[in-house]
Amino acid sequence: MSQADLTMQRHSGGMLTDRPFAIPTKKLAMWLFIIADTMTFSACLVAYGFLRNATPDWPRPFHSIVNVAVMTFILLTSSLTMLLGAQTAKRGDKAGAFRWTMITALAGVMFAVLHIREWLGLIGEGMTLFKNPWGTGLFGAAFFSVTGLHITHVIAGVIALTIVGLRYKGGRYNADDIEIVGLYWHFVDLVWMFVVPFVYLMNLAH
Amino acid sequence: MPTAAELKREGIGKYLVVYLCILALAGLQFVIAYQNITASQMFRRMFSVALVEAGVAVLFFMHLWAEKRGFLLFVVIFAVFVLLSMQFGWTDSFRLIHCGGYCS
Repeated sequence: MSQADLTMQRHSGGMLTDRPFAIPTKKLAMWLFIIADTMTFSACLVAYGFLRNATPDWPRPFHSIVNVAVMTFILLTSSLTMLLGAQTAKRGDKAGAFRWTMITALAGVMFAVLHIREWLGLIGEGMTLFKNPWGTGLFGAAFFSVTGLHITHVIAGVIALTIVGLRYKGGRYNADDIEIVGLYWHFVDLVWMFVVPFVYLMNLAH
Repeated sequence: MPTAAELKREGIGKYLVVYLCILALAGLQFVIAYQNITASQMFRRMFSVALVEAGVAVLFFMHLWAEKRGFLLFVVIFAVFVLLSMQFGWTDSFRLIHCGGYCS
């Protein structure tokens, strides 16, 4: 092999194996996705804030905080169970990691069921994307957009957790994959921390 | 990456404390919701609590604190810059609420 070939191999090898910030490639990709998704949610929340601020008859339809409090508790707890799953996976306890991952997915399902039940309740009271009995029709569009985007992420997370958990149990994925799907789940939890105060608590009927 | 022995020693104590802190902060938001204050005061209080809550979750649950400082700075600076640049529309929403869209 010529000196030029050796130099080329060294260079291309270096380009392919050097990791930015010494982070595994898949983990970095997840972080970049999370940053991009943060922008999506932020844009939605800023648009919601603009509408709420500029609309005089903004409705306050929520009479009880019980449902949203239970949903918040479930989602926050699922972050802890996800963390336990990732930690157990790193210890090499496959059965334990699978169990915690599935508990997290189950919490996600419970959250989604409560959320859909709440949506059905509001739809039953006459709220649609374009009108509602309490005030400006913009409320329905804003509410369903923000919470709909979030619940889509939750459902995607439940699917991802199930697939990664099963593949980890089957030996196709490793502990790093559990940690990476965990990053996504924590992000879904993090978004809810902003959705609850702005979309629910600031619209409580006093 | 920590070894299995280190992870075993570390336990879940730290994460349990972080979880309880986040739970308490979430509870605080529910308390603020029932305070007799103006909407802007409520927004400021809730936003501050949500920022602390999210910061704790990112640093400890998502382990950003344990990553390289360069990466931490990359995430924080990039995210904060874009988030701040989204705020240009607020003045227009105040104009709409105060003038109904007819003043310039």
